[in-house]
Amino acid sequence: MPPQTLFDRIWTSHLVVEPDDEPALLYVDLHLIHEVTSPQAFEGLRLAGRRVRRPDLSVATMDHNVPTEDGPITDPLARRQLDALRENCGEFGVPLYATGSGREGIVHVIGPELGISQPGMTIVCGDSHTSTHGAFGALAFGIGTSEVEHVLATQTLPQRRPKRMRVTFEGELPPGVAAKDMILAAIGQAGISGGVGYVVEYDGPAIRTLSMESRMTVCNMSIEWGARAGMIAPDDTTFAYMEGRPGAPAGADWERALDHWRSLATDPDATFERDLSVDVSSLAPQVTWGTNPEMVVPVHGEVPDPADYDDPAERDAVERALTYMGLAPRTKIEDISIDRVFIGSCTNARIEDLRTAAAVVAGKHVHPSVRALVVPGSAGVKRQAEEEGLDKIFTTAGFEWRRAGCSMCLGMNPDILQPGERCASTSNRNFEGRQGAGGRTHLVSPALAAAAALAGHFVDPQAVGKAA
Amino acid sequence: MKPFRRVTARAAVLDRADVDTDQIIPKQFLKRIERTGYGEFLFFDWMKRPDFELRRPEYADAGILLAGRNFGSGSSREHAAWALQDYGFEVIIAPSFGDIFHTNCLKIGLVPVVLPAEAVETLMHAVSGGESLTVDLEAQQVSGPGDLVVPFEFEPFARESLLQGLDDIALTLKREETITAYERSHAAPVDTTALPV
Repeated sequence: MPPQTLFDRIWTSHLVVEPDDEPALLYVDLHLIHEVTSPQAFEGLRLAGRRVRRPDLSVATMDHNVPTEDGPITDPLARRQLDALRENCGEFGVPLYATGSGREGIVHVIGPELGISQPGMTIVCGDSHTSTHGAFGALAFGIGTSEVEHVLATQTLPQRRPKRMRVTFEGELPPGVAAKDMILAAIGQAGISGGVGYVVEYDGPAIRTLSMESRMTVCNMSIEWGARAGMIAPDDTTFAYMEGRPGAPAGADWERALDHWRSLATDPDATFERDLSVDVSSLAPQVTWGTNPEMVVPVHGEVPDPADYDDPAERDAVERALTYMGLAPRTKIEDISIDRVFIGSCTNARIEDLRTAAAVVAGKHVHPSVRALVVPGSAGVKRQAEEEGLDKIFTTAGFEWRRAGCSMCLGMNPDILQPGERCASTSNRNFEGRQGAGGRTHLVSPALAAAAALAGHFVDPQAVGKAA
Repeated sequence: MKPFRRVTARAAVLDRADVDTDQIIPKQFLKRIERTGYGEFLFFDWMKRPDFELRRPEYADAGILLAGRNFGSGSSREHAAWALQDYGFEVIIAPSFGDIFHTNCLKIGLVPVVLPAEAVETLMHAVSGGESLTVDLEAQQVSGPGDLVVPFEFEPFARESLLQGLDDIALTLKREETITAYERSHAAPVDTTALPV
């Protein structure tokens, strides 16, 4: 057999059938469901008289439009959508972690937390950040609602075989620089459509030393440069994270699973359609300045000048972004003041992210002109953070401490920016209006978001440490 | 899905790269549980600006959208494709599309035509006076003012599905035995019904 990549092995072992003149039919091991992209799919099943084929390979949660403050849901549309999910899960027998169950959270945080995102699996969800689960060495990707219906009805998906790309992160990550900075720098280098048509395997020494939480941050943003999925071969870090989790295999099954998972790694002589390399040894913390994740510079840098672009289309795009962001050309990033800070989302709301941010803010106080929010990724993360006293560190420093949910990442719930407000956000998208109409989003790491909350403007988190 | 063979309609030009699905249909409209009625919210924030391209009066009845590269990048929300279709577009022509958006279009019968950037530019120039185009999926070509004809590639299976308006879930369900055989020979790695509640 020719040398295989991690992707090749998962793809091949999940082929139900591979006809010559049709897309391959891929078996889905795990289908994650949330309230926003599923109601029309369940309705489709009902209209066609179809059932959910494998409720035991499906799990649902409420995340996108749940309020993160205590109290009832006041938005009637959000309530109707959450009620619909509850009714649909009840009718079709799909397990649901509803708000208040104690195990709810952002769908991409609870899968790994429950131990059901496992190496070698195929995982889909009606959400583009499903690539997060690729951190476990799974083939995980986002799908639309018609595909959600297809998976509910058949537990399979017709798929064209994507191309393969490897991104090797070389060197050792400097202190104070995070996984978020690695992936933002890679997107800046490759461009926001650089990954379209590819499944990306992230590898290299800088990946191997990352924790699982950090690997999830890297894989999470695969879609931000258009990749179908991002994945990282499993290793001892992966296995240590998984062992003992409720959905992980136990006893003799655990040993068998380990043997299988260890066999998944890409062969040394396997080839990829494209190979990219990113050197992180002198990487600085990153800050986006524009309206897509490719528009990114180091925190010590400055906003670009449209006059420096020869291509008129590029110049227009930069001009449009600067106008929307309310920034003058060549403004120093560290001179940009902020109004809001959001620490949360499926990119950066796991326990490690909260620990990192708490370490920056401990004993200090949020700048008087800044309103700052910490939203744990799941009820489990919230509980653990409270056990560790992180909530006290945040609230003492002047942060608001909220309940789990997608919160201000996408503004489908009460947590939104007002027009013109500028936010340092640990989320994944800085599109126009993403966090609220007219809101201005700058994507950063948890450490940088925390440092910016204290300073009132962007600042290297290392500098805050030294000042203290 | 309604079969699609060809359409002759006015073509609207949206000459911008990387138009993301958050722009096509902002998040506040994703709370509905229906599949229809999203057209009035298409490009909700951009539509508020008097100079937004799609507000040009001659585009009122446009059925074809000419767009820049990487159209529909970002979120998986099928609502973006629903909104474009509900607004009246039957075909979108662009140099490239966001991956999930492209699939979503195919699934609902909104035809995504990929053409080289130069060809899209040629078409944009050809319709700058509000002219119509004909997109013929059967013949795999776009024709326009004068004798302008631009052929395009289309993945054969997707083309056939659109031409016949096939229900791909029904097609997959015909493979019931094959799927069951796969399940018998592959133990499921998880059982979500056995998780603690």
